[in-house]
Amino acid sequence: MANLTIGISDLKVCRPPDVLVTYALGSCVGICLLDSATGVGGMSHIMLPDSTQATNGAATPMRFADTAIPMLVNEMVKLGASRSRLKAKIAGGAVMFTATSDRFNIGERNIAAVKAALRKEGIPIIAEDTGLNYGRTVFFYPETGIMEVRAASKGNRQL
Amino acid sequence: MLKNYDELSPVAIDCLREIGNIGSGSAASSLSEMLGKPIEMKVPNVCVLEYQQIIDTMGGPEKVITGILVRLQGDIKGMMMFLLEDSFAQVVLSTFMSAENVQVTKLDDMQLSVITEMGNIMAGSYLRALGTLTGLTIDMSIPSMTVDMLGAIMSVPIIEFSQVGDKVLFIDDGFAIDGVDIKSNIILIPEMDSLETLMKKLGVM
Repeated sequence: MANLTIGISDLKVCRPPDVLVTYALGSCVGICLLDSATGVGGMSHIMLPDSTQATNGAATPMRFADTAIPMLVNEMVKLGASRSRLKAKIAGGAVMFTATSDRFNIGERNIAAVKAALRKEGIPIIAEDTGLNYGRTVFFYPETGIMEVRAASKGNRQL
Repeated sequence: MLKNYDELSPVAIDCLREIGNIGSGSAASSLSEMLGKPIEMKVPNVCVLEYQQIIDTMGGPEKVITGILVRLQGDIKGMMMFLLEDSFAQVVLSTFMSAENVQVTKLDDMQLSVITEMGNIMAGSYLRALGTLTGLTIDMSIPSMTVDMLGAIMSVPIIEFSQVGDKVLFIDDGFAIDGVDIKSNIILIPEMDSLETLMKKLGVM
């Protein structure tokens, strides 16, 4: 069994018993996808909502919700997953500093963009732990489909 | 025109380093006055680092720290962030509120506001020193504070300045109060045109 770490603006796919993990999501969003029939799992850690609003967004597709999610789906299909069986669990999208206005309200926009991209792919969201004001580390176990969310002051939560 | 931090010349980086030194000295003396205790300054280590290097240097993405964020306005626009280890909160709270062995993830509102206010004073003092040195007017927002995972806190500047690049000015600022070592780190991220203004004022561009 290996723990595969997904960095910021990164995505990875695996088969059981490997585990996918991304550390300390702030306003970023972690997207976990699973095809439970084949066990193929994938995780993406997006940083921004929309590649079309960035200069040279095409150069860094894993950074944006609208480009990373189709890319993750394709990688999973290559590993044997069926597009139509995929289900999603998502976490993150916090507002880390509540007192100063977050200029772009980026957490909320990231969540909205992830949901839109999943809808476009026809992938249902079956669990989420999003928003609020704290950071989250996410473990995803394709073997069981469990997404475990760890927060500094809130303890662990399994979804 | 400067596009990102990679384009800074060695002379410009030296200049930023000096700004870091002066600002840190000024911030530490304000802290000393507030606490009514002498502060032993160490020579700050100022460098231009990648975000990931900062996270690694400070103990990894899940390390819980206190982050205080201040936005800069006026001649210099951008962001300044204090990253403080537990020892800072301990010293401040034991001095002002006789609170010992506080757990930083379980601070009450009063304790949070005391620490935020210390950040406010240090940031103000830092920026005044920078303003005096350069003749620029730098205004700051009300500071905002959180205690959370380092990686999650750092995601805020990473996202906001993603177009600028993955490097920032990092000031590793050690001092000691009552013989207790306090680690405080500051990241300073002027927007690119502000950085250019700063460099021109200092005569290195």
